[in-house]
Amino acid sequence: MSALPRASELGLIACTDCGLVCRNVPGDTRLDGDGVGDDMACPRCGTTLHRRKPNSYMRTWALLIAAFILYIPANVLPIMRTASLNDVDDNTIISGVVELWRAGSPNLAVIVFTASIVVPVLKFLALGTLLVSSQRGSGWARVQRAKLYRLVELIGYWSMLDVFVVALLTALVRFSVLSLVEPLPGVIFFGLTVVLTMLASMSFDPRLIWDGKDTDD
Amino acid sequence: MTDDSHIEQGPPGNGELPRPVVKRRRFNASLIWLIPALAALVGLSLVINNWLQAGPQITISFQSAEGLDAGKTPVKYKNVVIGRVNKIHLSGDRSHVLVNVALEKSAESFASKDTRFWVVRPRIGLGGVSGIDTLLSGAFIGADVGNSNEYEDEFQGLEAPPSVNHGAPGRSFTLHSDDLGSLDIGSPVYYRRIQVGRVASYQLDKDGKGVSLQIFVDGPNDKFVTRSSRFWNASGVDVSIGANGLKLNTQSLATVLAGGVAFQDPPGPHDSTPAPEDNEYKLFDDQVTAMAPPDGTPHYIRMRFEQSVRGLAVDAPVEFLGINIGKVVSVRLDYDEQKQRFPVLVGAVVYPQRLGAAYDKLEALAKAHGENPDLSQMIGRLVDHGLRAQARTGNLLTGQLYVALDFIPKTPKVAFDPNAKPLTIPTVPGSFDKLQEQMAGIVDKLDKVPFDSIGRNLDQTLAGLNRTLKQVNGETLPAVRDTLHGVQQTMGTANEALAGDSPLQQNLGATLEQVQRMARSLRVLTDYLGGHPESLIRGRRPDAKPADVEPVNVTPAAVQPTQGSKP
Repeated sequence: MSALPRASELGLIACTDCGLVCRNVPGDTRLDGDGVGDDMACPRCGTTLHRRKPNSYMRTWALLIAAFILYIPANVLPIMRTASLNDVDDNTIISGVVELWRAGSPNLAVIVFTASIVVPVLKFLALGTLLVSSQRGSGWARVQRAKLYRLVELIGYWSMLDVFVVALLTALVRFSVLSLVEPLPGVIFFGLTVVLTMLASMSFDPRLIWDGKDTDD
Repeated sequence: MTDDSHIEQGPPGNGELPRPVVKRRRFNASLIWLIPALAALVGLSLVINNWLQAGPQITISFQSAEGLDAGKTPVKYKNVVIGRVNKIHLSGDRSHVLVNVALEKSAESFASKDTRFWVVRPRIGLGGVSGIDTLLSGAFIGADVGNSNEYEDEFQGLEAPPSVNHGAPGRSFTLHSDDLGSLDIGSPVYYRRIQVGRVASYQLDKDGKGVSLQIFVDGPNDKFVTRSSRFWNASGVDVSIGANGLKLNTQSLATVLAGGVAFQDPPGPHDSTPAPEDNEYKLFDDQVTAMAPPDGTPHYIRMRFEQSVRGLAVDAPVEFLGINIGKVVSVRLDYDEQKQRFPVLVGAVVYPQRLGAAYDKLEALAKAHGENPDLSQMIGRLVDHGLRAQARTGNLLTGQLYVALDFIPKTPKVAFDPNAKPLTIPTVPGSFDKLQEQMAGIVDKLDKVPFDSIGRNLDQTLAGLNRTLKQVNGETLPAVRDTLHGVQQTMGTANEALAGDSPLQQNLGATLEQVQRMARSLRVLTDYLGGHPESLIRGRRPDAKPADVEPVNVTPAAVQPTQGSKP
């Protein structure tokens, strides 16, 4: 119990769309519970009202795990085939990075490595940390965790860089025999991973960070 | 403000705040776990798929890994990818490379005992270009599967692609040749100038005295290979100059460059049943020899030439009455101690069967006589009839010789030993040799002419002539000029003398007039004497009176010359 009251403590709930503040219906304990039950809706705009994003932990965990599972084929399977006059090259993300590095563009390699490897991994770690710490109701470094969440939201879509590179090259490099770039299944898995991590971070409710025992504000 | 109005419009709630509308939730939130489940399912299916598709791992050893690329180089059968190289490493003793290949599941049967693997690289030869696609796509490993069901995962890769794929319709045959010529694996085999097969392999005979070639004739054309087919090396160009002009004969441009084998049945009646698999044939050098009737067994003969045989080379033909019956196989020098000369021993093989009907008849005749129907006996009889060997000039330009066996009239009889081994045929000097001898005699005679002294004498004579000419020039010619001058003067004088108004001319005219007058008076005298012959004695009779005075005056003048001429 802190000096500053929370909406739930005041028995209020706000519509996230139109900003209407309603009286929280007492006795509905399942709003952020296991998910089955009745939903409240905003009497003015009809938006579903919830104190926290519904099933946030479960959804985030599920999406995060799905993303992680898909991240394995995304890295193992080749994402792009570059066929030139005398060579057919199937590249996975890592081999592409290595090739870029060897070909003498280390800066590009670093960019691709950061966008395709570092960012997704960091996202997994960050979301995992957020989930675990929030579920425990830990009061540790809440402000930093909130910042971390915003960072995750911000950089999430930058991981799509690789997918865009493949899509662009596929569309641009079409000289049939001379050179050809084709997307391979890996890029689908990679794209799915990125999308799922973004969904996961979206389904995580940052207010959960602040739930639990208040140690500091 | 708007919020306030909305609040007032909302349904009355607990206190001043509106109450939310309660809706039935449609989805069970735990359905979200379907997403990771689905992802896991997809991942699992990938793993299972990969595991199911993984075929056997085989190892192929090659001499070199040139063009091979781990992770990239595919293994292809009939241009379908059946596997991929995933690792290349050296063998323990570093003598070759070991290539690990992951075959696909569907290509499991390729991991059997008699499967052959080879590297397809671009090959550019005279016969054509193969594997040109690998120039762009990189080398790949070709495979050819056999019949065996026995599992095997260690293979010895071939260094060159096999020319015949397993199970291809057709038959293979073996050819024997003295040398390989320009043939190579893959060289075409032609039948009536259509390519029907190719050379599959070749190797030296075990004794090293020849080459055996395996050829493969594709079906259905393999049925044209009969038991009596003749094979010849169709490489190169046959150029023949005959009475009809220059004739150039070749199978195809490719064979000119790269060589090839052609076959055909001999003309005339022959055994035309298709030959069985792996039937053996002799590979002839050209079509003419291939199509020639079989030579039969060769016989070795020897000839001993006393004169130079410059231009007689090994392989020079041996002709009997103009028919090629063999060839020279050796030309060696010998030394005759008694005569102290260097005779040349020429060895040749002859094929009596090339004589055709003549040989048959001679053989029959010999048998009828109860003699040994052997070549030596026959030749013995022919030698008795004047058969001699002679080195003749076949080509005046190059001076090449050939050996002619011919009946030479009026040759001295020679001893002939039909039992001698090898059979030695007596020789006579060639016609050209005779000519040479005669030429030599003429040259000898010419040699005896004392050209030196002739030259000296001629020189002296010429010197004398030179002197004489100088004299003539210096002395005689000026004199001649003077003389000519004198002559010219004389001629001028004569000209003047002969002119119409010259005194000489006038004198002459007067003289001639006098002579005329004299002749007239002489005629008068003779007339008178004709009428009066007595007047010579009695003198002239007086004329009639009236005419007295005048004739007297005249007479003395007329008579005087007469009297003058009379004595």
